[in-house]
Amino acid sequence: MDDTTSEKRERFQNNNLLQAWLVLTLALIFGIALAGVQAALGPKIEANKIKETMERVPEVVLGVEAAQKMTASGETLNIQSRIIEVDKKNKKKFYTVYEVRFQDNVVAGWVAKAGGQGYADKIELLVGIDALAEHITGLFILDQKETPGLGNKISDTVWRDQFIDKPTAGSLVVVKDKSQGASKIDAISGATISSVAVCDIINQTVSDIGSKLTSTKKE
Amino acid sequence: MADQPTALERFVQGILPENPVYRQLLGLCPTLAVTNGMKPAMTMACSVAFVLLCANIVTSLIRGLLKPHLRIVVFTLTIATFVTIADRVLAAYLYQMSKTLGPYIPLIIVNCLIICRCEVCASKQSVFTAASDAVGQSIGFGLALGSIAMVRELLGTGGLFGIAILPAAWPDWVIMVLPPGAFITLGLLLGCVNWLEMRRS
Repeated sequence: MDDTTSEKRERFQNNNLLQAWLVLTLALIFGIALAGVQAALGPKIEANKIKETMERVPEVVLGVEAAQKMTASGETLNIQSRIIEVDKKNKKKFYTVYEVRFQDNVVAGWVAKAGGQGYADKIELLVGIDALAEHITGLFILDQKETPGLGNKISDTVWRDQFIDKPTAGSLVVVKDKSQGASKIDAISGATISSVAVCDIINQTVSDIGSKLTSTKKE
Repeated sequence: MADQPTALERFVQGILPENPVYRQLLGLCPTLAVTNGMKPAMTMACSVAFVLLCANIVTSLIRGLLKPHLRIVVFTLTIATFVTIADRVLAAYLYQMSKTLGPYIPLIIVNCLIICRCEVCASKQSVFTAASDAVGQSIGFGLALGSIAMVRELLGTGGLFGIAILPAAWPDWVIMVLPPGAFITLGLLLGCVNWLEMRRS
């Protein structure tokens, strides 16, 4: 009789589920803890992302100086976001577009959020377009992981300011000879691929949504 | 139990004699990846310190319940939980920094320094010893990260914590803030530490 009880006990102790009780309990406790953390911090993290974009929208449309002047004088812009859907050959592409209006409801311009492949990783940017959808009003790089010292200069103000007032008709071209022209963008030396990538994203975005912006305005 | 180091010994050992980076060569992934500036390096050191301290305490509390063949699962589970908490907190309160560090915060889960401390110390010794071990090792890790980041940021950008220190005439050695700079700096500093150690003995 002693033999069978000890055998039973041994089998009971070797049961997989029983052995893993600590792992299972811990997983449950930790899971609940993490759910709590996410519930507490999730909205804040989401708000951080939106805030970062919203802070940049006025200066991409009006220019940094004008935007600062506006905030200093206490004026605000009405910013409304919407999604523009673009039909590609096989798939649909979605753009988040921010429509910026002055207090008197006059359209100041639009800001589109766009992304594409850079040299190292995805580049995410904001591109501003004026009220008539004829010119680019500004560019801001939200996220990039280009080479430090070379490709990451796409975030520099000096380089980004080149895009201001470029026409949306026709594509932007990257040049290396510093020649001036309506649609010419000077490449960053040593980072032609990053420069071209940014221009490609903008060209693509403008050609995708440029016509849609003014057409919805008439409605 | 008698031959196990005491809490004070554990604490002191972690800082220099058993420095995680220079003596044990553990946790080299963040050491190489985020030391291109003092700010990311210090944020990483603080995150690792938080995770290591929590993981060591929890592991030490449940050390009596651990089964030898299931201990690694428990360690990983514990570490992953605290890393996720650290990741979320950074994203909520230090959003820009969390973007800079990118995938390296979640990668603390596989930082072998932490699992090593759970295995070597926390799963065998009391909560107090485990905690002081974690603090000592964290200081050691922070010092190592700080020393590498200091050399790289100073030579690569001419400043520390983003504040210019070297005269403007300094030609920034961009390579120092690029990945090769990490290997060069770590190699040279490691050599220095070994040379000092040899001279001392």
